[in-house]
Amino acid sequence: MSLLGIPPAVVNALAAILAILVTATLIIAVMHFSRAQGAPAELVLRIRSWWVMFAVFTLAIALNPTVSIVFFALISYLALKEYFSLIPTRRADRSVLFWAYLAIAVQYYWVGIGWYGMFLVFIPIYVFLLLPMRMLLIGETTHFLRATGSLQWGLMLLVFGLSHLAFLLALPEANNPGAGGAGLVLYLVFLTQFNDVAQYVWGKLLGRHKVVPTVSPNKTMEGLIGGVLTTTLLAWLAGPWLTPLSGYQAAAAGLLIGFAGFIGDVNISALKRDLGVKDSGQLIPGHGGILDRVDSLTYTAPLFFHYLHYLHY
Amino acid sequence: MSRLLRWVFYAVIVRFVVLFVLGLNVRHRQRLPTRGPAILTANHNSHLDAMVLISLLPLRLLGRVRPVAAADYFLSSGLRAWFATRIVGILPIARRRESPEDDPLAGCDAALARGEILIFFPEGTRGEPEQLAPFRKGIGILAARHPHVPVHPLFTHGLGKALPRNEALLVPLVLDVFVGEPLYGADHADDFVDTLRERIMALGREERLAQWD
Repeated sequence: MSLLGIPPAVVNALAAILAILVTATLIIAVMHFSRAQGAPAELVLRIRSWWVMFAVFTLAIALNPTVSIVFFALISYLALKEYFSLIPTRRADRSVLFWAYLAIAVQYYWVGIGWYGMFLVFIPIYVFLLLPMRMLLIGETTHFLRATGSLQWGLMLLVFGLSHLAFLLALPEANNPGAGGAGLVLYLVFLTQFNDVAQYVWGKLLGRHKVVPTVSPNKTMEGLIGGVLTTTLLAWLAGPWLTPLSGYQAAAAGLLIGFAGFIGDVNISALKRDLGVKDSGQLIPGHGGILDRVDSLTYTAPLFFHYLHYLHY
Repeated sequence: MSRLLRWVFYAVIVRFVVLFVLGLNVRHRQRLPTRGPAILTANHNSHLDAMVLISLLPLRLLGRVRPVAAADYFLSSGLRAWFATRIVGILPIARRRESPEDDPLAGCDAALARGEILIFFPEGTRGEPEQLAPFRKGIGILAARHPHVPVHPLFTHGLGKALPRNEALLVPLVLDVFVGEPLYGADHADDFVDTLRERIMALGREERLAQWD
């Protein structure tokens, strides 16, 4: 079936995700009624937030490409704002931070007009060279390296990295006739988020050996491997529906998303540990801040994009 | 008419700026008052402080919330006075007495008697960004006159970075708000102002806040 001109493959994939959410909600409901202490409050909040995120995300990718691009620009904005609020900043750099926010609009404008070359170099080259220049003109040299380095790190992950999600929508539809850009975005975002949950669940069930104990003591080798394998299986199953990838290519994409998602997650964990905070914010009840939710995507989005681009575009 | 404008101002514009453009992380939200009379006190960094505190309260209380603000500054010109009193809904007070008989806090007394929620900045001025200035005596006098009205200490962090004094450029940053347990004039007859200041500073030490240098 096809709704609002959304490709049938995407509608079916959304229906499958809906089924997963309904199942999770039913499990919570059973826990609520069968256990004396009810379902864990944190888990209830988390599932509720998943529903909200699913609804918002579905609208964002289903309405039209412009809405989707604006949506991802807003995600970058919220994430960058959260990041700038957590890290040490300098009074002198207020206007530099403002310029960094403007870079979001410009970067997503390149996506909107589909200018691939500029999309690739704008933040790694132009913004990278320009923002320190703005700082030099202000003239404050104390903590200069910390300021330029932390600014560019955030822009690379949260604007450049995440904008790859949006550029999936600007890729030629003809190369993915079945599901189009929306199918690619759904494939990547679903697998990344699913991988987070799968690693968590496998870790809870079988977790013994810690992977990175000083950064994220709850992450285990069993969780990582179990999660990656589950994600790979799902990637292999969904690949032919949503992407131009062949079976082998889709399975390899699953491995890539599984491992990269893990690194993206602990990358932000290391940042939070360095800054001495548990959650990056309170925007998503049960999950924490927006950085806590997009952490894996900061790695999977650019890596999956370029893997796919190399093979099929 | 100005009532409607005030509602639109707070329900739409202020909430959009405070909750989306900026963003709030609120600790201990359950300690906020659910009805008046009450006094919210906080450290003062920016004109947006009062807007942030009002955004913490449900819209149904909007008609009863009044930020207490300096008459000499906010009533200085016609347009500013209209905006401050009708839209922001300030309760103007004089920062200096004209004569010994003047009672600058009379307006606050009347508002509390009507069951309103006052927003009060005990520093009396915005001062240096993210620095707590000495408190003035007003809040102690008010607490002594209304010993059973809860005085809530709040600590806010971030507006001194996002929109400090004498800056026109708003730089979006998420704000941290810490809500403390209320204090009563009845329990702190002699040391109210010092205790309140201590409580507000203690809230600011609850978590590690991003460095600003």
